[in-house]
Amino acid sequence: MHKFDLTMEHITKVEGNASLRLKVENGKVIDVKFAIDEYKRFFTEAMKGKAVAAIPQHLARICGTCSNAHVMCAIEACENALGIEPSAQTKLLRALTMHGLIIRDHALHLYLFSLPDIYGVDAFLDLDENIPEYHQILHDGFDTKSAGNYLATLIAGRSVHANYPVIGGYLHFPDGAGIEEAIAKLKSIRPAVLRLIDIFRNAPFHFDRKTKYMALVPDGNFGYTGGTIITSKNESYGRDKFREHLEHVVLPYSQASAYIYQGEDYMVGSLARVNLAKDKLHPHTKESAKDTLALFPSTDIFHNNLAQAIEILHSVDESIDVLTANEFKPEPVIKVEFKEATGIGVIEAPRGTLYHKVVIGADGIVKEGEVVVPTGQNQINIERDIGTLVNGLLLKPEFAEDNDETKAKIAHEIEMLIRAYDPCMSCATHFLKVEWIKVS
Amino acid sequence: MIRFNQMDTTSTETKVYPKIKLGWFSFSCCEDNTVVMTEVMNDHWQEWKKIFDFRHVRVMKSKNIMDEFDVAFIEGAMAGPEQEEQVKKIRSISKKLVAVGACAVTGLPSGQRNNFTAEQKESIDFLITRFGALPSVKKVSDVVTVDVEIPGCPMSPKMFLEKVNALVAELRSSQ
Repeated sequence: MHKFDLTMEHITKVEGNASLRLKVENGKVIDVKFAIDEYKRFFTEAMKGKAVAAIPQHLARICGTCSNAHVMCAIEACENALGIEPSAQTKLLRALTMHGLIIRDHALHLYLFSLPDIYGVDAFLDLDENIPEYHQILHDGFDTKSAGNYLATLIAGRSVHANYPVIGGYLHFPDGAGIEEAIAKLKSIRPAVLRLIDIFRNAPFHFDRKTKYMALVPDGNFGYTGGTIITSKNESYGRDKFREHLEHVVLPYSQASAYIYQGEDYMVGSLARVNLAKDKLHPHTKESAKDTLALFPSTDIFHNNLAQAIEILHSVDESIDVLTANEFKPEPVIKVEFKEATGIGVIEAPRGTLYHKVVIGADGIVKEGEVVVPTGQNQINIERDIGTLVNGLLLKPEFAEDNDETKAKIAHEIEMLIRAYDPCMSCATHFLKVEWIKVS
Repeated sequence: MIRFNQMDTTSTETKVYPKIKLGWFSFSCCEDNTVVMTEVMNDHWQEWKKIFDFRHVRVMKSKNIMDEFDVAFIEGAMAGPEQEEQVKKIRSISKKLVAVGACAVTGLPSGQRNNFTAEQKESIDFLITRFGALPSVKKVSDVVTVDVEIPGCPMSPKMFLEKVNALVAELRSSQ
């Protein structure tokens, strides 16, 4: 009967640092602690005393890969406080900024972090270019990332810490040549994205678990900004509630804040979005991924990766439409008039619902703020699923031997499950260094 | 576009160089430079596969080797004592150490708590104590000797390529 402590430090292929401590006695998991180990950088405390105009760029620095989502969310919170209604063109540019982010960020996760598990290699670059299938995948991966990066740069200035979007509008507007090139790049990667969907649809990993799902669902097409927070229990919340529906949980061993909903764990992210709003996806996406979409709503956590691939396709199709149907002309940034107010921003970041709250004084100086990130909301779910996963593995004959090989296999299975959630520990992909300690 | 040559073609003899051993390490930061590096890779992965041995890059691989590096890139500031020890270890096994991004080069914004008011510092003290963080966050050069700095938040892709190109040339001149 297995009896051991498992300490996994430095989870790899996640954004930032996470660790895991797992205790097994009499062949069963009796304790799991999934801890986010990034040292606190106190971004919300540092909001105090800053000019409101500085807040979007300040909060972008919470996370590199999700930075443009933080920029969008912070702008929304500040505009909500100051009573600014963005122009129709600004809304389109913000939607495109999010599509660029979704394509780039999901492609990074799916190709560089998750796909090596499917092909049994350690790193994406370990795939042998001389094998035609792998040659295709390598080019698909970097071409898809590149198209997302191009779109984000064209629209938002940079794919990391975007510098064109500001409170009240944009500082720069895409030109005709750039738009034409973006459309060509997006059209060229569509076959690659369809291949990616097939790869993750046929992936051999599954972990079925019932949980609640929550996402911000737009009133119109599937997207990442605007709308209402919806749950899989058919409840809905306006953004004015901020996080009143969420209960903050302190995990003393983790640097991150965790959350539960109505006393239970819940999940945010691509799986939640596609489960709750697949009918709103772009018609071309629905047509091209018809058979795959029949798998949703899904309770298979590994389908979070599949949902991410579907979202890439949607963002490609949606962006092509928006770029083709619109002309973008320079327009002035809406002037800010300061007033004492509280504002809330809620958007769907690549990994799930992101909340920003900002309290501003009459002088335009921020008094306080609050940020709730997706990985904090999924943290308890991840922790409980690891326990369930390991309990299941310990019952299997191939995991019966209490030796180093078994432990390595268990650690790998845990890492794959964590990657399926795509956590972001800066707000998450580094692999786990595993230290096994037997309980005597 | 900057290109790296795998082979020296200026000589009448073709010289094949050994792969350059790279390490990429992230400390306290948002890892924006890691994202930029993976985006620069979109246009350079085929050459990089030929000339670089990605020996320790946790964002890209699980089987990382911590023995010796021709170039070690350090992203982020030092917020905890074990981070100080790790960067000292990396320095001791690296020919060149490159600080990438604002947090590594200046300590900010990760080290923004260094500039907090007394009241703000008092309000976060229990968290500093609970997680054993350093009293003050340090930039990389506060802890070890840095050979090359690439500033920026995030670093500029162009400058990153220029610095890497120069390092490749320098390392090869001694090979």
